[in-house]
Amino acid sequence: MKIIISILLCALLAYAVGIYGNLPWWSFVVTNLIVAIVVPQKSFHSFLIGFLSIGLLWAGLAIGIDQGNHHILSTKVATILPLKGSYISLLVLTSFVGALLGGLASLTGSFIKMK
Amino acid sequence: MRLLPFLASAVVTIGLVSLLNTQLSIGPTKSPKLGYFLSPQHGFWKNAEKINTNFDANLVAGELKGNVDVYIDDRLVPHIYADHDEDAYFVQGYLHAKFRLWQMDFQTRVASGRLSEIAGADKLSIDRFFRRLGMVYGAEQTEVKINETNPVMKATVDAYTAGVNAYMKQLAPEDLPFEFKLMNYEPELWTPKKTYLFLMFMSYDLTGRSAALDLQLTNTRDFLGYDLFNKLYTNTQDSLDPIIPKGTVYQKPSIVPIKPANSDTNYLMHKNTLAYLTQPSPEAPDKNNGSNNWAVAGSKTKSGRPILCSDPHLGLNLPSLWYEVQITTPTHSTYGASFPGSPAVIIGFNDSLAWGVTNAGRDVLDYYELKFKDSSQNEYWFNGEWKSVTKRKEVIKVKDSADVVEEIAMTYWGPAMFDAHYQNPQSKGRNLAVKWTAFTPSSGVEAFYQLNRAKNYDDYIHAISLWTCPGQNFVLATKSGDIAIKQQGAFVARWERQGDFIMPGQDSTYDWQGIIPNNENPTIKNPIRGFVSSANQKPTDASYPYYLGTASYFPLYRGISVNKHLANMNQITAQDMQALQTNNDNVFAATARPALMKYVQLDKLSPDAKRMVAEMTNWNLVNEEHAKGITVFKIIWDSVAQAVWGDELAGSDLALTKPDDFVLLDQMLKDSNWSIADDIRTKDKVENFKDQVTLGVENATLKLLELEKENKLEWALFKATRVLHLTKIPALSRMNLPIGGGMNIINATTENHGPSWRMIVHLTDEIEAYGLYPGGQSGNPGSPYYDSFVDYWAAGKYYRLLFLSKENLIKNERTKWHIQFKTAS
Repeated sequence: MKIIISILLCALLAYAVGIYGNLPWWSFVVTNLIVAIVVPQKSFHSFLIGFLSIGLLWAGLAIGIDQGNHHILSTKVATILPLKGSYISLLVLTSFVGALLGGLASLTGSFIKMK
Repeated sequence: MRLLPFLASAVVTIGLVSLLNTQLSIGPTKSPKLGYFLSPQHGFWKNAEKINTNFDANLVAGELKGNVDVYIDDRLVPHIYADHDEDAYFVQGYLHAKFRLWQMDFQTRVASGRLSEIAGADKLSIDRFFRRLGMVYGAEQTEVKINETNPVMKATVDAYTAGVNAYMKQLAPEDLPFEFKLMNYEPELWTPKKTYLFLMFMSYDLTGRSAALDLQLTNTRDFLGYDLFNKLYTNTQDSLDPIIPKGTVYQKPSIVPIKPANSDTNYLMHKNTLAYLTQPSPEAPDKNNGSNNWAVAGSKTKSGRPILCSDPHLGLNLPSLWYEVQITTPTHSTYGASFPGSPAVIIGFNDSLAWGVTNAGRDVLDYYELKFKDSSQNEYWFNGEWKSVTKRKEVIKVKDSADVVEEIAMTYWGPAMFDAHYQNPQSKGRNLAVKWTAFTPSSGVEAFYQLNRAKNYDDYIHAISLWTCPGQNFVLATKSGDIAIKQQGAFVARWERQGDFIMPGQDSTYDWQGIIPNNENPTIKNPIRGFVSSANQKPTDASYPYYLGTASYFPLYRGISVNKHLANMNQITAQDMQALQTNNDNVFAATARPALMKYVQLDKLSPDAKRMVAEMTNWNLVNEEHAKGITVFKIIWDSVAQAVWGDELAGSDLALTKPDDFVLLDQMLKDSNWSIADDIRTKDKVENFKDQVTLGVENATLKLLELEKENKLEWALFKATRVLHLTKIPALSRMNLPIGGGMNIINATTENHGPSWRMIVHLTDEIEAYGLYPGGQSGNPGSPYYDSFVDYWAAGKYYRLLFLSKENLIKNERTKWHIQFKTAS
């Protein structure tokens, strides 16, 4: 239960600091860190919470946008990056980049509180 | 706290953030900042536009004098209804920015030599070229002229600028256009100077070919000697069908340019022997930059009303150079294609008349050779004394590197573009100053402002009289039944061959002796034949009293094709005109194929070569998408040309230019024993056209067999027409379009070049107009409107253009959205 609450909290805060384009794109690193300090978990759990929260948030947002756009832009970007034009690969990459960083941020935070 | 794991984890996290927040080098290009780019709340995902986006909006702008209504139709074309002219241009600027901001930024960066600032040292050679050519200097001349002498145009450009900036100021960082995120930089606010820089770029695009060609012609003349040069680069075009019909009588010229004494030895026959340094020079404007336009009188149409057609041939790019717009104010109501970066409509129509343009192609850029006193380049020899230069500093900022400063000596002639600090293989270690009509202070932009408002022939003549550079053929048709065409611009009154080569610049002997007065520029109104037309051919026959420039500037065959069709057409409808604009007849091949067949020795050909010749002779002389015969013809023709003059041009390490196709064709038609046909490398044998055509066919066959193996003999597959994104990134471009046409064809679609806006206007009481361009109204690669016209364009189809009063437009079923602009009060 605590894990799910932490995931939701991380995702919510990450989304909130992402609304203002003037804040840097990596602001969720700070919010994840804070959540990991305030709601202590085991290190591995913390990593999982950070990983899933941002991974799911970014995947959800990107999938929603991509559906509405009929993959027009994702197909082009997936050719530039290069991911052989696969929008699915691009969604996976997007989600993974957010997830990995989110996980690392939470993990870092978890070491501050661990006895 | 577990210190070690914490530190390790923190370092990895910070390291990853930094890595994802850095542009990585991939070859010559740089990646976007990957974390930022992928972030769904910051990066490219924000540019993925919803398919059914609602463009309705209510906006407040304190700069406006009154309220403005914009209705947007189903093709995303805005129809602007404003109570004040300046408000209309404010909103035009706002909409240009809303849909084309990155393109506007990028194009003016190219023009002003500021690419290195965002892309690094890789682009330095392009930046240096444009700075030294005086692009910024030219834009400054225009800005000063308009600010000091033209309050109406100043107010217009200021209002446009304010509109662009009103959009930019409310733009959230996450909503920046896609390419800014990809290339990781930010736009800066618009200025009137950027508008003039953009127009300067059009001058370069349409008259700047001389900047390379004059040097190539000089090199070629030096290499061949003038006599041989004059044979291969003759200015006589036997089959010319000029814009103004042959036999027209011209008034006595008010300027009679006098050829300097000794010009034969000091200029024409002069041979240079200087060594040269190397420095890459950027691509010159496309030789195919051209266009078609024509108007037919009511006597030739079914309705009894004139029809006007215009299709400018330019580089095909995404986002397109063009943006459709309707502007309606109490003073005028106009529809057409506008330039993002500039106010008003450039090619279009209003409720009284329609107009279109093609490039005049006249030479208005010359090089003069300078002698500096010493390496400081502070003084140069002119008219018998050492004259001081002023030094112009151009500072080029370079991303991740130190600034590069160009110190350019400004002389009597203009900027000393090439000097000891700036050389290329073509300028050969010489000091060359540029004289160019684009530097002449002018408020040419007012010509279009006035055309937007013109009501009749006299208004049109007055409007275009303001136009100076790049020279254009302005075609006109009015509701009242007039048709006309005039070649207008500031054209140099030249003596024969003046400015074809680098000219001596140590005194004013070789200076321009005047600009041809406007009323002596070629004009024709309501001719008996019932049509006027232009397709970049020479405007007149040889009886026109001024020298027009080297024939290389004037393609021949499209004009012949247009005139042949128009002469034979009657009871014309707008649909007939659509068929003509997309016509693929090859009049060049119609003459050249029989010439080839006259000389080819079939009995000496290999079986494969015979098969290819048969493919060519069975072809219907139409450049259709699936035709193979045109591919075979083209390869054979180029191969024969190479066989004929490849030997003469071989062995130079300088940049030369090839002779034009018409030279070879005219000679094949009239002289079987043309001396150039001989291969000068075979001392014991004298070749003629029979030998060279047969050899050319055999050589071509080798290449054709390869193409056949790759399955690329079909014309569209061989030609591979593409509409390229301005960054040339294929994923953002439209590649391999299924379209015919080509060089010398009315449908002038080559690889990356062709009809950039097709427009047909039938001047009935309620105007019936059709048009489209190979792009889309949105510049956003993430929008369905990014390339929405491309397939239709390739298929030769047209959209009916909505040109309606506000009341009728609101009621029209194609009207989708409404943007309301309110003043602050």
